[in-house]
Amino acid sequence: MPDFDLVKDGARQMTICNACRYCEGYCAVFPAMEQRRTFNKADLTYLANLCFDCRDCYYACQYAPPHEFGVNVPKLMSELRADTYREFTWPAIMSGLFNRNALAVTAITVASILIVLALVLLFQGSDLLFATHLGEGTFYRVVPFVAMTVPPSLIAIYGLVIFVVGALRFWRETQGPVAALVNPAALWRATKDAFGLAYMKGGGAGCNYPAEQFSRARMWHHHLVFYGFLLDFAATSIAAFYDHFLGWQAPYPYFSAPVVLGTTGGIGLIVGTVGLLYLKWISDRAPADSSMFGMDVAFLALLFLTSFTGLLLLALRETSAMGTLLVIHLGVVAGLFITLPYGKFAHVVYRYAALVRYSIEQLRAETHSS
Amino acid sequence: MADSNYVYDVLVVGGGNAALCAAITARRAGASVLVLECATKDFRGGNSRHTRDIRYMHRAATDFVISAYDEEEFWRDLLGVTGGATNEHLARLTIRESETLGDWMPANGVRWQKPLRGTLHLTRSNLFMLGGGKAMMNAYYDTAAKLGVELHYETEVRELKISDGDFLSAEAACNGRIGTIAAKAIVVASGGFEANIPWLKEYWGEAAENFVIRGTPHNQGTMLKQLLQHGAKPVGDPRGCHAVALDARAPKFDGGIVTRLDSVPFGIVVNKKVKRFYDEGEDFWPKRYAIWGKLIAEQPEQIAYSIIDSKALPHFMPSVFPPIEAGSIAELARAFEIDPNALVSVVDEYNRSAKGGRFDPGTLDECRSEGLDPPKSHWARPIDTPPYYGYPLRPGITFTYLGVAVNEQARVVMQDDRPGKNIFAAGEVMAGNILGRGYLAGFGLTIGSVFGRIAGREAARHAGF
Repeated sequence: MPDFDLVKDGARQMTICNACRYCEGYCAVFPAMEQRRTFNKADLTYLANLCFDCRDCYYACQYAPPHEFGVNVPKLMSELRADTYREFTWPAIMSGLFNRNALAVTAITVASILIVLALVLLFQGSDLLFATHLGEGTFYRVVPFVAMTVPPSLIAIYGLVIFVVGALRFWRETQGPVAALVNPAALWRATKDAFGLAYMKGGGAGCNYPAEQFSRARMWHHHLVFYGFLLDFAATSIAAFYDHFLGWQAPYPYFSAPVVLGTTGGIGLIVGTVGLLYLKWISDRAPADSSMFGMDVAFLALLFLTSFTGLLLLALRETSAMGTLLVIHLGVVAGLFITLPYGKFAHVVYRYAALVRYSIEQLRAETHSS
Repeated sequence: MADSNYVYDVLVVGGGNAALCAAITARRAGASVLVLECATKDFRGGNSRHTRDIRYMHRAATDFVISAYDEEEFWRDLLGVTGGATNEHLARLTIRESETLGDWMPANGVRWQKPLRGTLHLTRSNLFMLGGGKAMMNAYYDTAAKLGVELHYETEVRELKISDGDFLSAEAACNGRIGTIAAKAIVVASGGFEANIPWLKEYWGEAAENFVIRGTPHNQGTMLKQLLQHGAKPVGDPRGCHAVALDARAPKFDGGIVTRLDSVPFGIVVNKKVKRFYDEGEDFWPKRYAIWGKLIAEQPEQIAYSIIDSKALPHFMPSVFPPIEAGSIAELARAFEIDPNALVSVVDEYNRSAKGGRFDPGTLDECRSEGLDPPKSHWARPIDTPPYYGYPLRPGITFTYLGVAVNEQARVVMQDDRPGKNIFAAGEVMAGNILGRGYLAGFGLTIGSVFGRIAGREAARHAGF
């Protein structure tokens, strides 16, 4: 259910911004806003997902609270984004998971660990779980091949379907014909902006994060998380290739591609998530939205736990703790992927869609003006 | 509150651009500096927090300006707007000294914005601060703090002890407590008096009650009055103020940029008695908006109404308050509580006179009224396409021209034309020396920055640095 008061206030604030425009050098939100004169819910949804929450505009704003106009764009955009995630998820009944996201994510993750543990105990027995395993295929002795591959694949496909549905609904809501997506120039520009975190650079100034001073700390930590995640994804994909096509079974040697990539990614994720959590902890709460805050913390914590348990498993894989750690790690990974469509990861999908829309608009404007 | 036994090298009164430029410069020279800002931290920076760009002299294009803007062109532009109400010696000093601002400001934390398409028309002569004036002030406050400038918010200097052009001490109030601060030199950079309605009434009568003040409510002119009472020589027309047409729904203070209205050239403007009173299409709006404040100030109840139709809407920047919308002219009049029949006949008369000629908002077009009094010289299209829109207008005061005379060292000049010993002034409080009339976009910041730096340098020098 869209929050009509929020939409009304969003239109009010954007009207003030559009009459001022001092912040147009910071990011994409303001040039996109300048293409409009009025702001309906679809416009606001688009602008909100274009916002990287760098907060430069908040500290630069002559109308920020306590000014009677009370302009607080980062907070407004965060609230609107939380609404986007709720509204475009599928099935609708699951949107409730966004409301108390930290609690939901914790509960699902704990439940996942317990289910994996219960299944292992039920089918494999505690002797196997607590034994020391050496050599190829040791992980499968604790959790059999089918159990380790089929449920995760199903969970991943489920998440993918939900995001495709969400992205298409978002695209339609913001009045984009699906055919417009076939625009290589726009896709390239959006991809470049996304991978470079172009709008965490504040037009050269950096983010006003965690507080009023300009800093690149958030951008670099986000890079560590994002590229760490990609490296881990690559490690998993290579491992799957080894396993399915070459018949090499994990665990792999310390200097094999999956382990090197996975370890590098894991360290990136640990440093990145701890850094982002720390920055968030000390950050100014005035431009923040509390429901988004919980969502951020839950997702970062889960990413941290995933890499932390993964690295611990690597370090202790030749001891009797391996079985327990494997169970915990798989449980955490399951929790991460089950909650992926119902948590902060959603920002990847909607922000990319918004960047594509922005690139299309800007390319069109550039063609007109040249 | 500052310790009354401690003597600072330099006391800076005010917390805007000129004050911080003075404080930073004096501190860099080695002086101990105390800045007293009247506002809270959130509202610090006076009118500078509402600024956007600064005019400066430059010999070539850079990443941020598209071509050269030399001393002579700058001077001609200044001469044009002031009609000669300027001190050429100080004006040329300001222009020449402005050349280094393009580097000095970034060296002190300010960031420039690359020219974007759209709203910026001043990409030749002016540098735009990334994020605008408040971001600039944030940078200056940050720099000042790092340099060790001492700063107190919510501290209002009320009285100056001056003896024969020699500043002795200042009396300041903070949280209800009064303290005395002694300093070897003082820089007064606390703005004009445009927020002081009783003072404005001395020149404008009761009409001043209906003025909207675009900037800070703290520009009460207390320091200006103190300096004048202690024998400083005044400059500038005391009645003079930069007054523009604003949306009448604007807040009384600190509405800043967003309450301005650019609709006037695309329709007609009537007063409370439903009479047109000036040629709405005389010239491009940026060249005319500053006369409309005074025009409206002279109308009954200091209010006017800009009337347009839906054809006009795309031709001007959106403003903060939505226009009043109506299906007919009479309905629009009723919304404004003015005589509907009178407005219908004024619009009819105007529409009959608007006989064509090609409409082009980008030029001084041939689309003018015939036989209308007062005429509408350009952009005179009939108001005939509903829905109709209207904006209520009031005079909005940006700044006042009255100030104290200074010399090229920013020293305040006394009535006997001798400069004071250790009293310096920068910013709006002395801008009238250079800008006695009219306005050039971004030039207020130029004067404040140049004279702020000079005042800081000379005050530190006086203190032995």
